[in-house]
Amino acid sequence: MNRRDFLKVIAAAGIGGIVVMEGLDDFRVEAAEMNKDSNALQAKHWGMVIDISKFQKPEDIQRVANACHQYHNVPDIKDPKHEVKWIWKEDFEHAFAEMESKYLSEKIKTMNFPVLCNHCEEPMCVRVCPTKATFKRPDGIVVMDYHRCIGCRYCMAGCPYGARSFNFIDPRPHIGMMNHDYPTRAIGVVEKCTMCVERLNKGLKPICVEVSRGGIIFGDLNDPNSEVRKVLRSNFAIRRKAELGTGPSVYYVIGGDEEGA
Amino acid sequence: MLEKVLYGSKRYYTWIVFLMIIIIFGFTAYLEQFNTGLGITGMSRDVTWGLYISQFTFMVGVAASAVMVAIPYYLHDHKTFGPIVILGEFLAVAAVIVCMLFILCDMGQPTRFLNIVLHPTPNSVMFWDMCVLLGYLLLNLIIGWTILGADKKGISAPHWTKVLTYIAIPWAVSIHTVTAFLYAGLPGRYYWLTAIMAGRFLASAFAAGPALLIILCLILRKYTSFKTSKEAIQSLAVIVTYAMIANVFFFLLEVFTAFYSNIPGHMAALQYLFVGLNGHNNLVPFMWTAAILAFLGIGLLLVPSMRRNEKVLTIALAAVFIAAWLDKGIGLVLAGFVPNSFERVTEYIPSSTELAIVLGVYAIGFLILTILYKMVVAVREQSMVEH
Ligand code: SF4
Repeated sequence: MNRRDFLKVIAAAGIGGIVVMEGLDDFRVEAAEMNKDSNALQAKHWGMVIDISKFQKPEDIQRVANACHQYHNVPDIKDPKHEVKWIWKEDFEHAFAEMESKYLSEKIKTMNFPVLCNHCEEPMCVRVCPTKATFKRPDGIVVMDYHRCIGCRYCMAGCPYGARSFNFIDPRPHIGMMNHDYPTRAIGVVEKCTMCVERLNKGLKPICVEVSRGGIIFGDLNDPNSEVRKVLRSNFAIRRKAELGTGPSVYYVIGGDEEGA
Repeated sequence: MLEKVLYGSKRYYTWIVFLMIIIIFGFTAYLEQFNTGLGITGMSRDVTWGLYISQFTFMVGVAASAVMVAIPYYLHDHKTFGPIVILGEFLAVAAVIVCMLFILCDMGQPTRFLNIVLHPTPNSVMFWDMCVLLGYLLLNLIIGWTILGADKKGISAPHWTKVLTYIAIPWAVSIHTVTAFLYAGLPGRYYWLTAIMAGRFLASAFAAGPALLIILCLILRKYTSFKTSKEAIQSLAVIVTYAMIANVFFFLLEVFTAFYSNIPGHMAALQYLFVGLNGHNNLVPFMWTAAILAFLGIGLLLVPSMRRNEKVLTIALAAVFIAAWLDKGIGLVLAGFVPNSFERVTEYIPSSTELAIVLGVYAIGFLILTILYKMVVAVREQSMVEH
């Protein structure tokens, strides 16, 4: 490569960068405009309580997962190595592996636990991201800018919950029914649950909450009078790997007939 | 000085052509990956980093190891290292470029690589790693080039190169420390979450890097007019010996902590590496090979009569190098992902495309190294004729 070619490459790279930046600016404006909506739901710290008693049958989680994945154009990829998932089913022994016990009650053992991004208070994914493509909003929700993500997957190594998926293959051919109101992702970027920030802006609760038939309670963890706080006051709740200091904002209660647990 | 690389023996040209062929082969594989995505590799949702990042990690060590020649020479006036400091510096240059290429190969969106610079993020270790690697590359390139330029003119290098060499010494330590911090601060990845990670990285680097450098010196001695003295090689070999002992010792510290404490998370990755976990044992043969080679290498190096025999020395150095590579260039990164966040084991087997890309990147590294060393040899030959 001679000097001129080299300079050309540098110039091209620079222009590439500017294009990327401009793209981002558009994104920002859009986000700001959406925030102006007076109906927008607002909180200091959004969180969820998942009532496991409402997910007795595997179909209960499937219904929620399908609604979420369809709404967000999450591709349906069968190969577990490449699959993309925002919310899915695990059993107790895997979702709460650190609490393993030989003599677990049959009931707990066979229960289904929906797992998703915990929207951590101290999100490791945000800490490690080298481009701020993953960031935490003032309302506690951890979201991503897919246009900025370089696909280094450091966040996937950092997240202790396996909550993140990488688009190893082009997701678009694997989207069943396209939701034209929601963007698709490009190959080579990471994605995860967004707690439906775009729905909150329109004054709507997250889609999983809506279709969960009371199984997922959503609200402001910072507000003592919120529904989530009421549930947490009267129930024994657990969080995944809370001992790591990540501060997960997703709580699990056994719910229903508590003694049964 | 660059014109020197154009003239060489037939063997030299054959070697260059051979490397070029591998580079083209690797580049074609990369184009395939560029067009179809990282799904073409063996990486998965559970094992999100594979050979690219593990080779990157290993090669940062090789780059940092130049300091093992620089410290004795610049700080302790160990004159025998005089002729080879430049080989160490140029090895570092080639190694850092290889590291950067591996990072690029690993990116899902390589065209956005400038985002790291456009949106600098000090809380990300990756940002710092980029900064220190770039700085280290420049330092070594400037130092090596200036010293060689001065050599060519038969004058001594300008004083400021000395200042740069002093800066380069802690800088070399920093590149591998920061690379260790990429791993050592992640909650839930117990194989990586250890305070001794940076120490282990440096020890393994200071064994593998100089081992490679000695082998390169022996090759140069055999095929070119660049004759590294026996004393220099022996001094370096002693460095390799003790660095490798430290490396094995640090590793055994990990084994003690994991198994005496009996904490499952800390034991799991080691079990996976040496006996297999839940029936998954792909890496077991590699790790036992590494263990045997490590002890073989140390054994041969420790006995002075064996170490002084350059044939035995070569075998010992190769054993040390391969052991360090299997440990850090394979086991360390992959076992960090085992078991996954749900206590399940997913194994990783690199795809042929991935292997071709890895070979291609290494061939680029060798090409750069060959060109740089060719310049060194040519300049030295010329000054021998003139003086
Ligand atoms: S669960 Fe994982 S992806 Fe979600 S905020 Fe926490 S660290 Fe980030």
